[in-house]
Amino acid sequence: MSWIIDHLWLIPAVPFAASLVILSLSKLRRKSAVVLAITGQVVALAMSVLAFLLTLQTQGFRVIQNFTWFTFGEQTLRLGFVLDPLAAAMLVMISLVGLCIFVFSVGYMAEDKNFTRFFAYMSFFSGAMLGLVIANSLLLLFIFWELVGLASYLLIGFWIERPSAAGAAKKAFITTRIGDMGFFLGMLWLYNRSGTLLFYDGGNGCLESAGLALLGASATFIALLIFCGAVGKSGQFPLHVWLPDAMEGPTPVSALIHAATMVAAGVFLVARVYPLFSLGAINGVTSSLTIVVWIGVTTALMAALIAIAQADIKRILAYSTVSQLGLMMVSLGVGGVAAGIMHLLAHGFFKALLFLGAGSVIHGCHGEQDIRKMGGLRRFMPVTFMTYAVGMMALSGVPIFFSGGWTKEEILHATAHWPPSHVPYYLILVGVVLTALYMTRQIIYVFFGNPRAAAERAHESPRVMTMPLIVLAFGAILLSAVLTPAWPWLHGYLAGEPTYVDVARLIQPMLFVSLALVSAGVGVGFWIYRKAGTQDGGRPAEVDPLEYAQPALFRFLANKMWIDELYARTVISFSWMAARFSDWMDRYFWDGLVRGFGAIGQLFGIFTTSVDEYGINAGVDETTAGARGLGRVMSTAHSGQIQTYLGAIAIGMLALLLLYAWLA
Amino acid sequence: MVGVITTIVLLPLIGALAVCLWPQRNGRPIALIFNATSAGCALGLWRNFDTTTAGLQFVERHTWIPAVGAEYLVGIDGLSLLLVLLTSLIIPFAFLAQPAPDGRAFYATMLVMQSALYGTFTAQNFILWFLFYEMSLIPAFLLIRIWGGQNRDRAATKFFLYTFLGSVAMLLSFLGIYLARGTFDFAALAGFGKSGLLTGKLAWLTFAGIFVGLAVKVPLFPFHTWLPDAYQTAPTGVSMVLTGVLSKMGVYGFVRLLLPLFPNEIKVIGPWLLALAICSIVFAPLAALAQRDLKRMIAYLSINHLGYCMLALFAVAASPVVAARIDTHAALSGVFMQIFNHGITAATLFYFAGLLEQRRGLRGIDDFGGLMQRTPLLCGWMSVAMFSSLGLPGLNGFIGEFLIFKGSFAIAAAFASIAVIGLLVTAIVFVRAMQSLFSGPLAESCSVFPDLLRGEKFVVVPVTLLMFAIGIAPQFIFNIFNTTVVQMARLFA
Repeated sequence: MSWIIDHLWLIPAVPFAASLVILSLSKLRRKSAVVLAITGQVVALAMSVLAFLLTLQTQGFRVIQNFTWFTFGEQTLRLGFVLDPLAAAMLVMISLVGLCIFVFSVGYMAEDKNFTRFFAYMSFFSGAMLGLVIANSLLLLFIFWELVGLASYLLIGFWIERPSAAGAAKKAFITTRIGDMGFFLGMLWLYNRSGTLLFYDGGNGCLESAGLALLGASATFIALLIFCGAVGKSGQFPLHVWLPDAMEGPTPVSALIHAATMVAAGVFLVARVYPLFSLGAINGVTSSLTIVVWIGVTTALMAALIAIAQADIKRILAYSTVSQLGLMMVSLGVGGVAAGIMHLLAHGFFKALLFLGAGSVIHGCHGEQDIRKMGGLRRFMPVTFMTYAVGMMALSGVPIFFSGGWTKEEILHATAHWPPSHVPYYLILVGVVLTALYMTRQIIYVFFGNPRAAAERAHESPRVMTMPLIVLAFGAILLSAVLTPAWPWLHGYLAGEPTYVDVARLIQPMLFVSLALVSAGVGVGFWIYRKAGTQDGGRPAEVDPLEYAQPALFRFLANKMWIDELYARTVISFSWMAARFSDWMDRYFWDGLVRGFGAIGQLFGIFTTSVDEYGINAGVDETTAGARGLGRVMSTAHSGQIQTYLGAIAIGMLALLLLYAWLA
Repeated sequence: MVGVITTIVLLPLIGALAVCLWPQRNGRPIALIFNATSAGCALGLWRNFDTTTAGLQFVERHTWIPAVGAEYLVGIDGLSLLLVLLTSLIIPFAFLAQPAPDGRAFYATMLVMQSALYGTFTAQNFILWFLFYEMSLIPAFLLIRIWGGQNRDRAATKFFLYTFLGSVAMLLSFLGIYLARGTFDFAALAGFGKSGLLTGKLAWLTFAGIFVGLAVKVPLFPFHTWLPDAYQTAPTGVSMVLTGVLSKMGVYGFVRLLLPLFPNEIKVIGPWLLALAICSIVFAPLAALAQRDLKRMIAYLSINHLGYCMLALFAVAASPVVAARIDTHAALSGVFMQIFNHGITAATLFYFAGLLEQRRGLRGIDDFGGLMQRTPLLCGWMSVAMFSSLGLPGLNGFIGEFLIFKGSFAIAAAFASIAVIGLLVTAIVFVRAMQSLFSGPLAESCSVFPDLLRGEKFVVVPVTLLMFAIGIAPQFIFNIFNTTVVQMARLFA
């Protein structure tokens, strides 16, 4: 058993290795690619389960494996892996959900010409995500965090010939990187204060009391900077804009990355570095956690509202994911860490189920994604319908039978007792109603009523796609067993507290609140959308009932509250202006100065040339001309006639004699 | 190992002569043989280099012109070795980057430049150093002037005059220093630095002269405007050497000369220097965002990457209080790492720009589209270089940048925080370039492109593997300069 502790690194390494091998394969070796990818995933799952079993041995189990990455100067930089309940639970969820999605993809991507590349990217993602959850160093976590972002970028833009996919991939990469820069700064600050980035290091880690004591007041800022990364990755307001666009990727990608695992990484991050957030808490409240709560509430409510007015089956789910992630953030913020992580785990199962179900629907409808063109699919796709219904009920939070119901209750419970304000609690209650409402709307449009354009030739998906749906549906239901207040095993496991069995606690008052809210949401949904997709009164068939009743509101929501447009007008156009300004400054101002100096130099050159040419040179010319003229005159004396020479000598002698006489 | 350094410096010169005497028109094989030999010598140096002792090794010292304090003094420490290795790597890489432009002269000129580079990185006496420093300038000028693209005349002249004026300023400053102190020996001069090499106005004048000379060479904002023109115009191989090695001469000069000689002056104007570094880091990638020419875009990003080096160096040198040892070590190690990484990554990016230009005849980022469908290998390997350049963890670029930020954030938090914008904008530049080059429908003009050819793979694969190796297990590079870092850090303690 302890073998796995020494070889934790193998859990991410195996899928990475699979990915590398697949990348080096020829495009045509589809079967090998599938075998490799799924084997990698199965091995990762097996090792995760081993690790998980190990953590059951003792309460508050935690082992660390630290190592030196490199030595710079006289300093060492250490990284490490950690296995604790949080990591183990995430490992199992990621590898299990991942395996289901890999199997589903075999069917879903069967026609794709870049089939092998798809599995390489998926394996790469899986490795990075598994590494992320077992990292025992904020730096190592950041490294995997960025790799996960790279995988997401590659997979959103997988259908690279589509400009929209490429655009969405770019948007995702840049938007999350904005958050990551905050994360990066937070990490630097933390490193600076505590002198280490290891979470746990035998008492010296940055999350242990000695490390935390060094932080002081900076903890709030560090926590908030790190939270920026979580905001980007987990699609929280105001950086949520990339996540719905990320649906341009193949549906299994949306299921694995943009619903079940990667987007939850932000929530995981906050849970992992929770001691930074809760340092110096009074009554469980700190300013950083308060900000987490308000960001979460805003996101949860805003996304749920937007989801109501979307027509694309995947976009509805995407906004639902954003909203649920907001809910998890609220839970963490109010102190319900275990509740938030439980919801994360449960959400991983049912949201993967819903996305794969949506994939099955899209596959069955030959690529159509507009729910208004579907309808009546429950007859053509019974398995998909049944499993989708399970997912829908789990997401809406139907109590007792579905995992999502229990976890949502626990979050409500935690939020209700938050000391600073009750507003988040009430807003979340609204969010729960809205969730039930938009899911009811979606399910009516897709599975009920009369088949419309895209549903006419619909067919059930092959076994390879429906089997994962069934497995995930069972997961979404069976997970409830460890979530109930009668036996809150998962809560105890995550929180490191003893668990108990107490059937009397099964029925909590919150159960009725939850039941009432979900019933209200579903009931109102059925009432509003009962005739959706068909002509009713003065409303044409293709117009949404809500749109008919409230066109302005609907337009506001359908256009995602114009946040994208707002960003385009402000942030994006500003950065373009800054780019053009920098370029202009370079070309005309700085280089202008350089050319100005050059021109001065040239002018000086011209000046000296002219001085040279007309002053000095002309003078020299004159002199030389004079000398030449004199020479010419003199040369006439050089006649070669002896008598002239003798005469000249005689005159010279005479002159000398006269001079001599005069001087003497 | 006596005389190895001299051998390394002389080998390319002999090579240049051999290329000229070579009867065939194509001088590349001969040039590559000489590259391989000097690279072998450099590896020998690395193998026999004692990584546990600080100070110069393999020192060769001969009197030369005693009257003016000129000595033939060469030797290497960790930093010099790193740059010698980098030079040995980049020059053959550059030779393989393009089809022979025109016969032998090109190779001979490049070899002369290689010799000058080796000399610059090993000389330990100012006169000798300056000789090599200037000796690199003339081949660079000729390479741009003769084999460059559009506007080569203008770009080459600008490059030459700008850097030459900088050198003149530096020479005058050193003459001033010599008159005051009577030596040109780097180590001896550094000894004076602590207590003030010169005083009063003279100190500031000499500081300014050396600063401008080196700032032009790096280049540091706002002395950078020669660079985009030069890199854009130069033929691919020359751009690779310019960015891969020549730009390191400036950083090397800062580390070797300016920081040890003028610690007090730097402390006084520290914030201003840091501000210049920040301008390099922020404005250069923004300007890159506005470029349509691929080479010009990479050129601007080079300014940004060297800006990080300047940020860390100035942060360490200008720190008003003595910085913690871990931060100084992080900053200096980060700079050395970044020098090496930027050398290989930027050279690789220019290499790929060259491949695209060879195939298309143009190199605007809008002249391509949908390449991923036609040339997946080229796109894949080029993406690796781009991700390395934008600092993705797992690749080499991240290591240096992380350490630079670690060190500078601890010392100059505000400046480091602003510099993060540079990381973001660099990412935007690359992601946008990848979008317009690789994705979307396949452009008509690119529909007959060949994917990476065998010879090209032979070049691309090893250098990319090196990026991965440094990104994942960088210790073997750190080993080269760790003791040098410790020794230099003492200067600032």
